[in-house]
Amino acid sequence: MEDKQFIYAVARVRHHELSLLSDQFIDRLIHSESVKAALDTLNTQGWDGDDPDSILNNQENSIWDFVSELVDDLSVFDVFLLKNDCHNLKAAIKSSYMGLKPEDTPVLDRAITDPATVIKAVSEKDFSRLPESMQQSAADALEEIFRTHDGHMSDTIIDRATLDAIRAAGKRSQTPVLSLYSEVTIASSDIKIAVRGADTKASREYFELAIAPCDTLDKDELVSAALAGKDAVCEYLMRTKYADGVPELKKSISAFERWCDNLLIDYIKPQIHNPSTLGPVAAYILARQNEIKTVRIVISGIENNLGDESIRERVRAMYV
Amino acid sequence: MGIGTALAVAGAACAALFAGIGSAIGVGRGGQAAAGVVTDDPNKFSQVLILQLLPGTQGIYGLLIAFIALSRMGIMSGTPAELSVGTGLMYLFACAPMAFVGLVSAMQQAKASVASIGLVAKRPDQFGKSMIFPAMVETYAILALLVSILAINGIPA
Repeated sequence: MEDKQFIYAVARVRHHELSLLSDQFIDRLIHSESVKAALDTLNTQGWDGDDPDSILNNQENSIWDFVSELVDDLSVFDVFLLKNDCHNLKAAIKSSYMGLKPEDTPVLDRAITDPATVIKAVSEKDFSRLPESMQQSAADALEEIFRTHDGHMSDTIIDRATLDAIRAAGKRSQTPVLSLYSEVTIASSDIKIAVRGADTKASREYFELAIAPCDTLDKDELVSAALAGKDAVCEYLMRTKYADGVPELKKSISAFERWCDNLLIDYIKPQIHNPSTLGPVAAYILARQNEIKTVRIVISGIENNLGDESIRERVRAMYV
Repeated sequence: MGIGTALAVAGAACAALFAGIGSAIGVGRGGQAAAGVVTDDPNKFSQVLILQLLPGTQGIYGLLIAFIALSRMGIMSGTPAELSVGTGLMYLFACAPMAFVGLVSAMQQAKASVASIGLVAKRPDQFGKSMIFPAMVETYAILALLVSILAINGIPA
């Protein structure tokens, strides 16, 4: 992408940053007495829609509609979209296993590979239609689910391939924010796999398959720690850059996920002052996804009468 | 026309050329940022236009130096003086500050302008302050302009 396009794109992002949700707004949202009141509050910020799902879908689509106006080639942001491809491939494989019709497969429209292509490739077992990074994992996952009827293992194969693809996309981007995003995404996934696997006494073979290599964690040490138990995982993490997240990890996986999301937001905040690189655009996408996730948590908390304090413990820090 | 006169004309051309290139790049970059802001908020047109134009002054200074040098050589009046190689080199070096400082300062000023346009996009009330940042870079273009004028005027006729 040429420098001139960054300048135009960043200037537009600067204007759009004005409409990002602030921590104060999220606080107001948490205080909503009902879901309807929360939706009314969101409407004041231009989050239109009839129900929570449509509002959040509209917002997700609006991110990519806006970014499409800024860049000709969205492949620079593959690192964000790969998880949607992962979701679609898992859905297509489960759909094929359960004998569902293609139109009943719950896919996400915003993905690198057209969801219809993914469904067709799986149903016809013609994996050459898929991107190279997905071909082998799709074949293996499909075979696994039909052979063992184990959906979890099938998902694990796809998750691992996705993490590898995210790592490759992050390195390929040569944009610090995107590399950082891919690294934190992979590391947090690895840590969660290690902790969950330690709780269920998973085997070394499982950890070797599920845990993806990354730059900030030593895979061998993490696998050994996971085999020894959750405490060993925490002990290992104390020697890594994720040491500050260990107290959260001891509380729960979701508390640790929140810590990782907040860590990413902290990392990308300097992009607010970056005038002309791809960084602010990537940071904006991340910030928007972060606020959609936060609004989903708040609405779900209100729906389930979790109480203000309980919801507040789950919400993410905002970019602005 | 002798080598001396050719060197002097080359000096004048460099002043107009390099400072002009710098300004063209600078104003172009500012224009991209300005267009980005105006796409979403047309009300900020006048504010961002001023910031876009700030890197354009170097091109004007380069043109001014070229005019002064060419006038002193008699080329503007159609009676070019026959200059020695030494005098020609003096013109060339006298024009050099405006040529090179003009080029670099316009490009650097563009970066400050782009950042300031981003500032105005988010905080339009800070427009006055946002002008100051790119304007500081202008200082060095003005210093180069002064040196070039003094040097050209100091060349014996």
